[in-house]
Amino acid sequence: MIAEIGHYALVLALGVALIQAVVPLAGTIRGDLRLAAVGRPAALVQGLLVALAFAALMTAYVRSDFSLLNVVQNSHSQQPLLYKITGVWGNHEGSMLLWVLILAIFGAAVAAFGRNLPERLAANVLSVQAMVSVAFLLFILLTSNPFTRVSPAPLEGNSLNPVLQDIGLAIHPVLLYLGYVGFSISFAFAAAALIEGKIDAAWARWVRPWTLAAWIFLTLGIAMGSYWAYYELGWGGWWFWDPVENASFLPWLAGTALLHSAVVMEKRNALKIWTILLAILTFSLSLLGTFLVRSGVLTSVHTFASDPTRGVFILVILAVFIGGGLALFAWRASLLQQGGIFAPISREGGLVFNNLFLTAACGTVLVGTLYPLALEALTGDKISVGPPFFNLTFGPLMVPLLVAVPFGPLLAWKRGDLYAAGQRLLLAFSLALVAVLLVLWLVEGAPVLAALGIGLAVWLMVGAFAEIVRNATGGGRAWAKVWPRLTGLPRSVWGTALAHFGVGATLLGIGSVTAFETESIHAMQPGDSVDIAGYTVTFDGASARQGPNYQALVADMTVTRNGRLVAEMAPEKRVYPARQTGTSESAIHFLGFTQLYVALGDQDAAGALTVRIYHKPLVLLIWLGAIIMAGGGMLSLSDRRLRVGAPRPSRAPVRVVPAE
Amino acid sequence: MRYLLSRAGRVFAAFALLLALAIPAYAVEPGEMLADPALEARAREISSEIRCLVCQNQSIDESNATLAHDLRVLIRDRLTAGDTDEEVIDFLVARYGEFVLLRPRLQAGTLLLWGMPILLLVAGGIATYLGWRRRKRTATAEDRRLKPEEEAALARILRDEA
Repeated sequence: MIAEIGHYALVLALGVALIQAVVPLAGTIRGDLRLAAVGRPAALVQGLLVALAFAALMTAYVRSDFSLLNVVQNSHSQQPLLYKITGVWGNHEGSMLLWVLILAIFGAAVAAFGRNLPERLAANVLSVQAMVSVAFLLFILLTSNPFTRVSPAPLEGNSLNPVLQDIGLAIHPVLLYLGYVGFSISFAFAAAALIEGKIDAAWARWVRPWTLAAWIFLTLGIAMGSYWAYYELGWGGWWFWDPVENASFLPWLAGTALLHSAVVMEKRNALKIWTILLAILTFSLSLLGTFLVRSGVLTSVHTFASDPTRGVFILVILAVFIGGGLALFAWRASLLQQGGIFAPISREGGLVFNNLFLTAACGTVLVGTLYPLALEALTGDKISVGPPFFNLTFGPLMVPLLVAVPFGPLLAWKRGDLYAAGQRLLLAFSLALVAVLLVLWLVEGAPVLAALGIGLAVWLMVGAFAEIVRNATGGGRAWAKVWPRLTGLPRSVWGTALAHFGVGATLLGIGSVTAFETESIHAMQPGDSVDIAGYTVTFDGASARQGPNYQALVADMTVTRNGRLVAEMAPEKRVYPARQTGTSESAIHFLGFTQLYVALGDQDAAGALTVRIYHKPLVLLIWLGAIIMAGGGMLSLSDRRLRVGAPRPSRAPVRVVPAE
Repeated sequence: MRYLLSRAGRVFAAFALLLALAIPAYAVEPGEMLADPALEARAREISSEIRCLVCQNQSIDESNATLAHDLRVLIRDRLTAGDTDEEVIDFLVARYGEFVLLRPRLQAGTLLLWGMPILLLVAGGIATYLGWRRRKRTATAEDRRLKPEEEAALARILRDEA
């Protein structure tokens, strides 16, 4: 019964979404504000209905209702409650329902919190948002219905894929989807602006918080996924340039560019057309990501061709929204007026530089990801494009951008002074130089490239705060005024500094772990010990342990340094009988930001257990940097100007006079 | 039942279970590794650029598949026999095709792929420059005309002077 209620709510949501897609738009076109006003209540009702459907599915999972095919395939009565709940989105149908739920919640949030939006803009935004809802609700109802019953109902389910039974991967998709779908709001705003043929600085003020929020979620989601792969997949890699990872990285790159170009748009009323295009492209890449992961096209073109229903459906959605968005752009973009001018060396110029390199990097990753598919389809040649390609192309594209980052915030709007900015960065430059020399001097045979990478990281981390230092000490050195000046700075300035610092921290982690990681792989018998990076790891013995729905082999390890106990580590190998598969649970010991990482491999004929031990210097900074970036974003989001929102524009469009 | 087993027995049972289910082992095994560290380092370097043909986007250095194991051993055999890195890679390509390389070689079919970063950067740079020049031209033309309030201010100043 509950499942039927969920199914019915989903159908109703489709009906409401259809109304929301058509009526408000018709209202704005015909100038009938009563029709346009339908958007807000419709968005709220749609949100409630989808939430009801989602709650129904979750109830079925919690109760282990094995009369639902979806629950049978992805749950088990012995599974811990947490994984019964996360199992809801640990599969195709459920994850699409989560996608639509987040979409509907975002739409309802615009309706609820966007009270100060002009009515026409709000109507158009909600209308475009509902079109996306319609497409995905249809997709779920026609090809991926999670409420399908099975009769007779089996007594037991197949359980969730053991690899997914992990708290990291339970949260990861939710964060990722919040990011992906959040960009649909930017897309809806862009389409609404094109339909109106009007866009101004106020528009950028409305869009920026949504874009920023989506970007924060996506940043955290990618970092979480990366950390999960790091500890769960068992060999301590943190980024594989896997197409599935690229699918989430592409919208992130485009979204980061969008975030920066929207600043120019808001502050200087320039780069309008480009910002609109980026908003369309960012959401297109989110859709592409969904398509790549959900259609199975990545495994091989052939799996895709063998069961094309879902793939083709998403492909059509993709074509309609990307094609439609770009066509609307081509048709209407010329209506948008270009804004203020600026010299090449200026804050705007710096942000254009940022956009140029981020877009080129995004394009490179996109082409690299799709090239094998395209080449095989066109010529039949099969090639692979893997990590070595991306490291060789993406890396060099990032270097000029990262070198430029500290300069950006120091340049004035309209016309900046590169020399003066350089002077303010003297401290950062000196420290970076010291870092390079230190690495070369301290670490014997250190690769020069790694030393330069670490120098670049220090340059970013110190340089990030140059603008704050300038603001705090600017105009003489009245030390008494430093504190009030610091606290008086807008939070967005602190947010920028923090986010850029985070980029440096991530780079520092990447640089040090790439160059200075030590690895030791040995077949160990109980009693054996291995020396690694000054630590001694001893294998004391293995024992069996019974988990709630798995059996584990636990290896007891003792870590000592100069005879003193440092840690006890217990890596595991688990077997999940319900799925006849296993996972490896690495043991990680934190030494500050550095980690000792132990994973278990196979057992050989003589009974020795393969043990992989890694010493990963500063590896934690990779993800900590991402969290700091997201923190910078949150700080910026809490800025008063964004929180209060843009004021209502007066009836007559005011020519925005560039601020000096 | 579990509780009746001795500790050693339980360990054995768990081991047997693990073996029976062929739990993924990860990547290079100790038995495969070469005694010569320089040679082993070269083998690792090559392995990280060779695709495991039966896996999803993994290098043979990371993969636990039997084929990956065989290829790792094969690479080490060739290196021990005195092959250069290029010879080993050529040998693998001759056997398995270009698909085996995670870093595709530069050739007619991959020209666009490798050229893409430069192409995007140059095209983007040109587009940026053209846009900037156009904006500057139209804006300066507009700027040359005085705005109404500026006209008024000028008139006032001229009147005051007179």
